Amino acid sequence: MQYQSQAVAKPYFIAAIGLFVGQILFGLILGAQYVLGDFLFPEIPFNVARMVHTNLLIVWLLFGFMGGAYYMIPEEAETELASPKLALAMFWIFLVAGAATIVGYLAVPYATLAELTGNNLVETMGREFLEQPLPTKVGIVVVALAFLFNITLTVLKGKKTAIATVLLIGLWGLAVFFLFAFYNPVNIVIDKFFWWWTVHLWVEGVWELILGSFLAFVLIKTTGVDREVIEKWLYVIVTLTLITGIIGTGHHYYWIGTPEYWQWWGSIFSALEPIPFFAMTVFAFAMVNRRRREHPNKVAVLWALGTGVMAFLGAGVWGFLHTLAPVNFYTHGTQITAAHGHMAFYGAYVMVVLMMISYAMPILRGRAANSNKSQVLEMWAFWLMTVAMVFITLFLTAAGILQVWLQRASDAPLPFMVAQDKIALFYWMREWSGVVFLIGLILYILSFFVEDKEEKAA
Amino acid sequence: MTESTTSTAPALDQARLPGDLAIWVFILAEMLVFAVFFAAYAFARAHDSEMFNLYQQTLNRHAGAINTLLLITGSWFVVLAVQAAHRDDKAAIPRHIALGLLCGAGFLVVKVFEYAEKFGAGISLSTNTFYMFYISLTFFHFMHVILGMVILAVIWTQARKGAYGPGNCNGLESGAAYWHMVDLLWIILFPLVYVMR
Repeated sequence: MQYQSQAVAKPYFIAAIGLFVGQILFGLILGAQYVLGDFLFPEIPFNVARMVHTNLLIVWLLFGFMGGAYYMIPEEAETELASPKLALAMFWIFLVAGAATIVGYLAVPYATLAELTGNNLVETMGREFLEQPLPTKVGIVVVALAFLFNITLTVLKGKKTAIATVLLIGLWGLAVFFLFAFYNPVNIVIDKFFWWWTVHLWVEGVWELILGSFLAFVLIKTTGVDREVIEKWLYVIVTLTLITGIIGTGHHYYWIGTPEYWQWWGSIFSALEPIPFFAMTVFAFAMVNRRRREHPNKVAVLWALGTGVMAFLGAGVWGFLHTLAPVNFYTHGTQITAAHGHMAFYGAYVMVVLMMISYAMPILRGRAANSNKSQVLEMWAFWLMTVAMVFITLFLTAAGILQVWLQRASDAPLPFMVAQDKIALFYWMREWSGVVFLIGLILYILSFFVEDKEEKAA
Repeated sequence: MTESTTSTAPALDQARLPGDLAIWVFILAEMLVFAVFFAAYAFARAHDSEMFNLYQQTLNRHAGAINTLLLITGSWFVVLAVQAAHRDDKAAIPRHIALGLLCGAGFLVVKVFEYAEKFGAGISLSTNTFYMFYISLTFFHFMHVILGMVILAVIWTQARKGAYGPGNCNGLESGAAYWHMVDLLWIILFPLVYVMR
């Protein structure tokens, strides 16, 4: 690697992968609970498993973003990280806080956890995705600020490239919008209204900037295309993201008690949200086609192309599917949402973090790319996980369409649980796709330990 | 051989894209947002054209017409600025940009009076679907006029430093193209919302 301090990215990447495994295991438990209602009850109730599954996802992606930033920023700014020690200290704080939170979720009932952690001081708990106890939320802010301080200082003392600037805007936005996690008004409409400022403006706003920036960085490194060209694309993507994504928040304001005009605003702007994702797909393929060199790390390029395609499908197409208010009237909160959520998170954020790891990890371990054998194994992992996710999405979509029909659209609508029973077949198929995903993930981890004997001998 | 080269040379010259490709992608994206908005307006109007016609009559068409004139004049000044750059008349560029900016400012003033009257009458986004579209469309356009003016202001400061000339007017042309888009959108918006019934 070019700068010694880039090495701090390594523990972040390792922790990210470790927590990813946890997320998938809890996903499998959850998937089983859809069809075997009392599976692991009372040890791991459904609501707890769901909380662990989604919270682990967010936490490991944050580890991935931070690791990616620590790796990328010194190289972009062409200077050592301002404080590698601070970065390592924050790593341990975040890891311990994250682990303690998960243990808390699993060890005691949620209400007890709330009592123990001072939720009565500032009531922030009990809201989807923002379930973290107060100390964890404060910890996230502290870690985020120290992290931002570290990388911003690095950029300020070094070169300021467009890619680094976009990443900084994305990461600062991430921290700023998390502050709405502390705002929990009694009025449930206002509560939901601002809750989305964290949830939506993360994944359909500032996180997309992080995604674009990482993608641009890896494409510059692996294709050798001029920085000018790549940066211009990045600007276009960022602008499109912000035009569509910010007011696109309105697609969450259809039925929560907000004024009716949100049905128009939300529909119109969010209908265009696929465009920046489509631009990213075109961007990734255009740059790889115009490549000026063959980078030895082929699998990193595969992840880059993969994230371009899957983010467009998952976030763009599957998002559009139910974003218009008249459609959402029927699909709101059904398995259609779950289908979209799975492929969007995998395609946009899981794959981009894995791309970053795939590109950076070999260099952090002292080589430009992994051995051919290791790369082939990682490509198997790529295809297994990606195809499994496609099937998870398709089965959930089928389940969702049936659910909408049976429970909402038909002349004789069935009660929720009766409809759930009737779509159990699709839940089973989703669960088996999940098992294939886990096999892909195991292969992915094994690829880190493969050594090519011939190459070693040579 | 010579004949073919001489005949293709001007054709290539004509095919040159004024301004940066990126600004055109941006312009197309912006126009797509407005196009979807216009289509939504048409869709909503088709469902209740009587109501739309009724409330359309409450709009101030004179203010709209003055604003149309202001934007077209502003675009004309910006064209003059680009032409000045092409013939290397460095003093004329910022002058014409400033006049374009002035037209934009005039548009904003007229619009503020129009809004003051409507909001003063207690009209809001929730009054009815027509007013929802009227306020949303004109306000989004209003914000684009402001953005266009910010871009013109940047170009104006650059032009005063003598940054643009015949061989170097990429930035100027990019800004001009954006300003023309702001104008074009209004030329569609005005008849659609204020006049057509």
